[in-house]
Amino acid sequence: MTTVAAKPATMAQALTRALRDAMADDPAVHVLGEDVGTLGGVFRITDGLAAEFGEDRCADTPLAEAGILGAAVGMAMYGLRPVVEMQFDAFAYPAFEQLASHVAKMRNRTRGTLPLPLTIRIPYGGGIGGVEHHSDSSEAYYMATPGLHVVTPATVADAYGLLRAAIASDDPVVFLEPKRLYWSKDSWNPERPSPVEPIGRAVVRRSGRSATLLTYGPSVAVCMEAAEAARAEGWDLEVVDLRSLVPFDDETVCASVRRTGRAVVVHEAHAFGGPGGEIAARVTERCFHHLEAPVLRVAGFDVPYPPPMLERHHLPGVDRILDAVGRLQWEAES
Amino acid sequence: MTVMEQRGAYRPTPPPAWQPRTDPAPLLPDAEPHRVLGTEAAAGADPALLLRLHAELVKGRRYNAQATALTKQGRLAVYPSSTGQEACEIAAALVLAERDWLFPSYRDTLAVIARGVDPVEALTLLRGDWHTGYDPREHRVAPLSTPLATQLPHAVGLAHAARLQGDDVVALAMVGDGGTSEGDFHEALNFAAVWQAPVVFLVQNNGFAISVPLAKQTAAPSLAHKAVGYGMPGRLVDGNDAVAVHEVLADAVRHARAGGGPTLVEALTYRVDAHTNADDATRYRGDDEVETWRRHDPIALLEEELTRRGLLTEDAVRGAREDAEAMAADLRARMNEDARLDPMDLFAHVYAEPTPQLREQRDLLRAELAAEAEAETAPTTGTGRTTGTAASTEGPR
Repeated sequence: MTTVAAKPATMAQALTRALRDAMADDPAVHVLGEDVGTLGGVFRITDGLAAEFGEDRCADTPLAEAGILGAAVGMAMYGLRPVVEMQFDAFAYPAFEQLASHVAKMRNRTRGTLPLPLTIRIPYGGGIGGVEHHSDSSEAYYMATPGLHVVTPATVADAYGLLRAAIASDDPVVFLEPKRLYWSKDSWNPERPSPVEPIGRAVVRRSGRSATLLTYGPSVAVCMEAAEAARAEGWDLEVVDLRSLVPFDDETVCASVRRTGRAVVVHEAHAFGGPGGEIAARVTERCFHHLEAPVLRVAGFDVPYPPPMLERHHLPGVDRILDAVGRLQWEAES
Repeated sequence: MTVMEQRGAYRPTPPPAWQPRTDPAPLLPDAEPHRVLGTEAAAGADPALLLRLHAELVKGRRYNAQATALTKQGRLAVYPSSTGQEACEIAAALVLAERDWLFPSYRDTLAVIARGVDPVEALTLLRGDWHTGYDPREHRVAPLSTPLATQLPHAVGLAHAARLQGDDVVALAMVGDGGTSEGDFHEALNFAAVWQAPVVFLVQNNGFAISVPLAKQTAAPSLAHKAVGYGMPGRLVDGNDAVAVHEVLADAVRHARAGGGPTLVEALTYRVDAHTNADDATRYRGDDEVETWRRHDPIALLEEELTRRGLLTEDAVRGAREDAEAMAADLRARMNEDARLDPMDLFAHVYAEPTPQLREQRDLLRAELAAEAEAETAPTTGTGRTTGTAASTEGPR
């Protein structure tokens, strides 16, 4: 057996590979969206799929997000496994009624007779200098809608594994792609891609003893950087990559927080009503007697996503994370 | 010197020649709605079809009356009656082959049962024991859709998927006049036309979106005229003429099945009853208008033709009436039984596998139910409090 060495690959390449492998494995997998065909998507994630599988399997649609998702519902009702691309986070809002009223509820309202195995890919988050409506972190809306799975990869290997798992899932999955990580590289072996894990497991990216950073998607890399920088302060930070927001991996998260006794939730989305509030509440409910300090949140400000020249002030960076960790220590000492 | 004079010899480049993509003329609806009953064409209508339509219309009218009565008895939370619109409902169900799919809106219970769904199962949404009482796959009937027009893109996607797989399946999607103002109506029609999907859109224009009349809903010459903007034929039909509706829909279904793409059919009809039992229709329309439409009743129109041709025999009338009464009696009896509900069903169908969070909540409910059952068998013991909590908090260290 020949072994192929792992080589640097981008998250975008891993996502493309996942779509290609899923389409090759199962003729029911259909990709549809605006620009996904000839152009290969504005981020080129669907590059080559129309050429390889034909324009019926990878279809350019009219520019209408509710129509795209609504049509995908009907396709899934007829036995296909549609993978829908929403071009940008804020462009997915017209499809929200389809998502909330039908996609999330169809299995439930039909007592399991009409499950919808469909995947909704949404490039999300900021940090790429996008203009207005191109950088939203809208995960809280999806998390707040029972019936949906919500996942987001932070590594090249996870991008492949999670997307395969999402497409294989018999339930609808909102697959949030951190667009600023599209071109991040990692050592990855496309000949032996990581196994398709069931959705719903968090992973400890870095173990440490002083405090846990609970994070996901685009903020994982920032937290890893913060954890390295924290060593200078004598802090040994653990970084947990949630990977799946729904279902939520209480087990991995709580095991970590009980070990470290301190936790900071880090994400780009707004703090107020954002994912961090839910996560902090869950951690507090389960780990209260192990906590040396309140669970803190480091999040985007409660402002509409700022213009590109100001976004660096909005996005949680290493310093803001370290300040929060510092406050954890202070709370413990006071 | 003007700018134009300064430019002197400037000659604008002529734009490339413009050609319409499709000749719009054949897509436009006829000036008059299609009618068969009361015209010479009625003589050519198949007697068996006339009698079938009649029996189904009579049964449908009876169902509407019975369901309305059930709301008054508190057995249904609400019932949006389709009295006056039975011709559209029945024709929609009868033109479809078994393999075809129906995508109904909340008012289309009659089309759903005419498709073979159990009359009680068709009412569970309105009774409140479950959202969809029937298996959509078994009958190829999508769940009754309460949000407006959102089921139309589903019909397009399903029909498209079927065609991709080589199945000659047609989807018939029903919507009201108010629903045509929704974005999903537009997106569905546009997708269907671009994909040439085998879909028939049936708009039942019954005059009002709850209380808002058509004049405040659209400025289009007719709702059928909207079709030309998408590149599909629009057909206008008298929605109270069962034979005409059947003819137009059957035509559109044949056209779709043959690969001709979608059709938009507007049926002109009237909602004789109020929107639902929660609505006071006297606030927005006069009795005169309702009376005018009552005189254009779909059953009466059909009976005139049947009488003229000697088909409305006593046997036929009695048969239709007895079938309708039997259906109503059965519906009444079964709807008067209390629904048996399993509270654990709350968690059964949210995901293929319940999330850990749902498993915790399921355990909580199970504990609550066990405590309730215990309290019922031994009413003097305990406080009835349950021990479980949704979030299993940790104990003291």
